[in-house]
Amino acid sequence: MAGIPLPVRRSFGETTRRDRWWLPPALVFVGLSLFIVYATWAAFQSAHYWLPGTNYLSPFYSPELFGTSPHAWFGSAPPWWPGWLPYSPALLILWAPAGFRATCYYYRGSYYKAFWADPPGCAVGEPRKGYVGESGWPLKAQNVHRYFMYVAVLFIGLLAYDAVTSFWFPGEGFGVGVGSLVLTVNVVLLSGYTFGCHSLRHIVGGRRDCLTDSPACQAMYKGCSALNRRHGLWAWMSLISVMFADVYVRLCSMGVWTDYRLI
Amino acid sequence: MGQATFRIWRTKPEGGGEFRDYPAEVGEGMVVLDAVHQIQATQAPDLACRWNCKAGKCGSCSAEVNGVPRLMCMTRLDDLPTDQPVIVEPMQAFPPVKDLVTDVSWNYEVKKRIAPFKPRPADAPDGTWRMAQEDADRVQEFRKCIECFLCQDVCHVLRDHHKHEQFVGPRFLVYAASLEMNPLDTGDRVPELKKEYGIGYCNITKCCTKVCPEHITITDNAIIPLKERVVDEFYDPVLKLIQLVFRPRKK
Repeated sequence: MAGIPLPVRRSFGETTRRDRWWLPPALVFVGLSLFIVYATWAAFQSAHYWLPGTNYLSPFYSPELFGTSPHAWFGSAPPWWPGWLPYSPALLILWAPAGFRATCYYYRGSYYKAFWADPPGCAVGEPRKGYVGESGWPLKAQNVHRYFMYVAVLFIGLLAYDAVTSFWFPGEGFGVGVGSLVLTVNVVLLSGYTFGCHSLRHIVGGRRDCLTDSPACQAMYKGCSALNRRHGLWAWMSLISVMFADVYVRLCSMGVWTDYRLI
Repeated sequence: MGQATFRIWRTKPEGGGEFRDYPAEVGEGMVVLDAVHQIQATQAPDLACRWNCKAGKCGSCSAEVNGVPRLMCMTRLDDLPTDQPVIVEPMQAFPPVKDLVTDVSWNYEVKKRIAPFKPRPADAPDGTWRMAQEDADRVQEFRKCIECFLCQDVCHVLRDHHKHEQFVGPRFLVYAASLEMNPLDTGDRVPELKKEYGIGYCNITKCCTKVCPEHITITDNAIIPLKERVVDEFYDPVLKLIQLVFRPRKK
């Protein structure tokens, strides 16, 4: 580009766009902020995350490795837990879905705009001049996404187990409660998000130039690609559903809501 | 539709430029390029504007209409609010030449830096290859590119940060993807993608995908798959170990 000067950089927010370009990043900012505040609050509660008389367990607390509920795998709080930090079973596991979403390609593009204004919108001036993007630290660490994806796939299996067991009520047998449906819809939406992951799409087939050499890879790649086309939509629907599932179990457990039995 | 005002960027001989307003008669089915031509014919014969096919296939009339990078020939006036001036300005990521014309030659120099197609030996004695249509379909999407460079223009890495030396831009990541994912190609561009083409500068804002007039899914189908190939090569020690033990990577 030597010789001919480029146009002058536009200042922060400067644009000739006439549409409401600020609305999508503003909605992302509000939506993600609300979720982060709620999830942090809920993770530290360590109470009302399961509903007695049912097999409902909040997805924020599943799997419950150490805890006081009947869902705990290995008994009560671990002895090595630091005394200065209030114990909550959620704190042992939430790093995995949080890391999966934080490094997700869809969310990255969205929160770079909404929280860092990098850029604030397409063809809108930026607040800062320096830029290294994901070519330098710390954002180079986003490349660990696939490792979080492996754990997220494992979590889908565990949450699917929770959804299935939610149709069995202790002492009563099979039944369908509103909570059973809430947990089932949640795992379906989380599956739509997780199995449409860009990294998974690459690993199951995208890395190959000749997909037709492996019919199994081709079939998985097609499935991932179908979900991947609406990855952002799945991301938001699953974010809302996982928060609602926690709210539902919490409010039923607190006696605010009643879990109606359909069957 | 009546009359509309077009606020068009005009360069000054001494450097810089300014917006000037031009009233124009607009009618049903008109596109922005029609209005620019009308203004050229009746009010500003020295207005510079690059165009060719007027069918959205040559990629010549790229500009910014109301702040959004678009082809002027494909931007219908009935899709724009004409109760206020329609702003027409040149692309911001490239040096201005005159009025709506920019110097996009940097793109041609970048293209020369991308390692060319390197096919495997022919499959048949007549020198031809065999490949499944489904394998060809994936790279076929990238070949729809008309090189209008709107994706380069909207990319904030080039537009706002002027990283023209370090980053090749979405257009050439699509081009690299079309070669890298080609079933016949034996070249390995992954090290260059990381180091010379600067794929790490892309922070996946998807602005390039939004402005592409050919609706190429640039970010999801080209850039992110290439980023994943870079991860395979440079940031996934577990995969490297598995490949080392079970299946050495073919070069």
